Amino acid sequence: MSDVIDRPILEKEATAATRLRIVDCDIHPSLHSRADLNEFLPKRWQEHLKTYGDHLRTPYIGTTPYPRSSPIICRRDAWPPTGGPPGSDLAFMRKQHLDPYDVEFGILQVLDLFIFSQQNLEFGAAIQRAINEWQLAFWAHRDPRLRASILVGQDDTVAALAEIDRCARTGEYIQINISPRANEPLGRRRYWPIYERAQELGLPLGIHVGGYGGHAPTGGGWPSYYCEEHQSNAHTMAAQLASLVIEGVPERFPALKIVFIEGGFGWIASAMWRMDQHFARFRSEVPHLKRRPSEYVKEHFWFTTQPIDEPDEAKHLRQLIEWVGIERLLFSSDYPHWDYDDARFAFKTPLTEVERKKIFSTNARAVYKL
Amino acid sequence: MAVTRIDCDIHPAVGGTRTTLLPYLDDHWKEQVVSRAIDGLDLTSYPPNMPLSGRPDWRPKGGKPGSDLGMVQKGAFDQLGASHAICNVLYGAQAVYDPYMASAFCKAINDWIAAEWLSADSRLRASIVVPMQAPDLAVEEIERRAGDSRFVSILVLAQGETLLGRRHFWPVYQAAEKYQLPLAIHAGSAYRFAPSSIGWPSHRYEYYFVEAQAFQAQILSLIYEGVFGKFPNLKVVLMESGVTWLPAFMWRANKTWRGVRVEVPWVEREPASIIRDHIRVTMQPFDAPPDRTGVEDVVDQIGSDKMFLFASDYPHWQFDGDDAIPPHLPQHIVSRMCVDNPLETFPRLKLAA
Repeated sequence: MSDVIDRPILEKEATAATRLRIVDCDIHPSLHSRADLNEFLPKRWQEHLKTYGDHLRTPYIGTTPYPRSSPIICRRDAWPPTGGPPGSDLAFMRKQHLDPYDVEFGILQVLDLFIFSQQNLEFGAAIQRAINEWQLAFWAHRDPRLRASILVGQDDTVAALAEIDRCARTGEYIQINISPRANEPLGRRRYWPIYERAQELGLPLGIHVGGYGGHAPTGGGWPSYYCEEHQSNAHTMAAQLASLVIEGVPERFPALKIVFIEGGFGWIASAMWRMDQHFARFRSEVPHLKRRPSEYVKEHFWFTTQPIDEPDEAKHLRQLIEWVGIERLLFSSDYPHWDYDDARFAFKTPLTEVERKKIFSTNARAVYKL
Repeated sequence: MAVTRIDCDIHPAVGGTRTTLLPYLDDHWKEQVVSRAIDGLDLTSYPPNMPLSGRPDWRPKGGKPGSDLGMVQKGAFDQLGASHAICNVLYGAQAVYDPYMASAFCKAINDWIAAEWLSADSRLRASIVVPMQAPDLAVEEIERRAGDSRFVSILVLAQGETLLGRRHFWPVYQAAEKYQLPLAIHAGSAYRFAPSSIGWPSHRYEYYFVEAQAFQAQILSLIYEGVFGKFPNLKVVLMESGVTWLPAFMWRANKTWRGVRVEVPWVEREPASIIRDHIRVTMQPFDAPPDRTGVEDVVDQIGSDKMFLFASDYPHWQFDGDDAIPPHLPQHIVSRMCVDNPLETFPRLKLAA
């Protein structure tokens, strides 16, 4: 199989007058090369990046621990004709994704140089700043549809707060991003200053799958295969939902909005049932919780839809959506990754126009104040 | 007895190695446990005083929940209406680091449960506790106990030293298949890894929540490593795993497999269909949706009436009252889960002892 598919952009894709302009809550821009960051990175850290590279808790410097199903996890037809990796060419992103799908707003999620998990905290602070500046200069300022997130390494809380404040002063960023695979579960006290600041600033907290927290991807140890590791992302998100709720983060920061990104939403209903089921038994351990866990979920959390579940029967997807709640769902494509969801076909169950509008547009506009 | 109803998950408690198990240890380990005070191996997963570990009316005075045979008989049989029950001992042998010590404690537990429980009440059966820390010793223990038909399954923890599909465990599954012993995976951790990928939680409540994920990881490991292809007659029972996560888990597994199956070409059909054929699940806790329709929808989504096994999880406090069957289950599920499914899942479960 060739590494790259040179797929023509179909006429109907290019011209489809979609009935609805969409908000895509998960688009991955990519560095064309690391040199793109030089203008935002002090000389010392440019040299560090060249000499030592990034330091993550993973065995390889040149690839992911579990080889993906396609080169750098991307659609084979998403390689820009101008060279560089998928997601690195704005013109091609417009042509392949933003224009044909009539994306009104696209929210950027940067995974390059995974800043959240850098072991060298000073280096992490320098590149998080560079990445945040690069998002504006290379993307948001070049296409008004694209919106940047403030990426911060959650485990150096002091540096994270400084970076949040620096970015927030620009008024250009729409959320604060941290990683679901951190040194500790995200509900723990060490991370609360970030939540406090997010609440003060009125910025949602975005948590996108991925990261190198140092823990095995499952509670039973390290799996052998990518198909196991890939599914563990949903488990990570469910565990973080429980950590945040049970530690009382929504109780302590009642105005905080939390968006789970690329976790899908299949697991949410049973996560709420399980938390509620055992609440009575564990209540004496967590007296700080004033309400049933599902009530916090249904007020404080939103979930992007990709990768959407595909039950054999359409009615099962419908039941799931009703359990989770239409109000909680934000459409996302994950462009240009291999498990991308196509806005036209992702929901294999009928939705009313009102429901469609909420999932594809108005829920996100409200959460992100777009 | 009026009705046949097989309770697939009850928990007799071991008092300690220097007390309950001492008569069942050989001279070397007798000397070791006494002179080194090797005791107190109750799992961190189930502190005895925690509400979940024992329903208030099932707590004996002065002992751990599940430690008093008379009380267990009264609760599991008289009160909850079981005709037979499978004992799953959760004392910490499976979490010991020294493989020889682990093996000695597993033997002692198995000999103790046979002598003091199975022989005392013909309605009781048990799982063989095995030292998965050393798969060869686990096989030895299975061989040693396989002649006793009152042992009907092999008990392992949901969170051990490595995921259960890995090749070094396959001799255990070969023995399991040979003796028609399903692999019973029970909630509980050896604490080798953080309970989930996010790290060490603050609360027991979070820990208990994420245990459901460990079961899901074990299913994926068993499927993708090819265990069910290699051992087509092996059945796996999830005990105290929760149930209602199954549909969304199966959907995601199918979708991921469709996208990535190139790396596991030996897995030739959808994970959900492998799950329906090989995985069984005990029904406490169920983690139910709040309404009847929700329960019916979840059961419909799971798409099998063969997977469910009646269980009370005695003496764990999963429900109040005398009915261990979760509310709103469709009648065809209830009738299968109490007798037919347990008999199919545990072929050694001959009802006349």
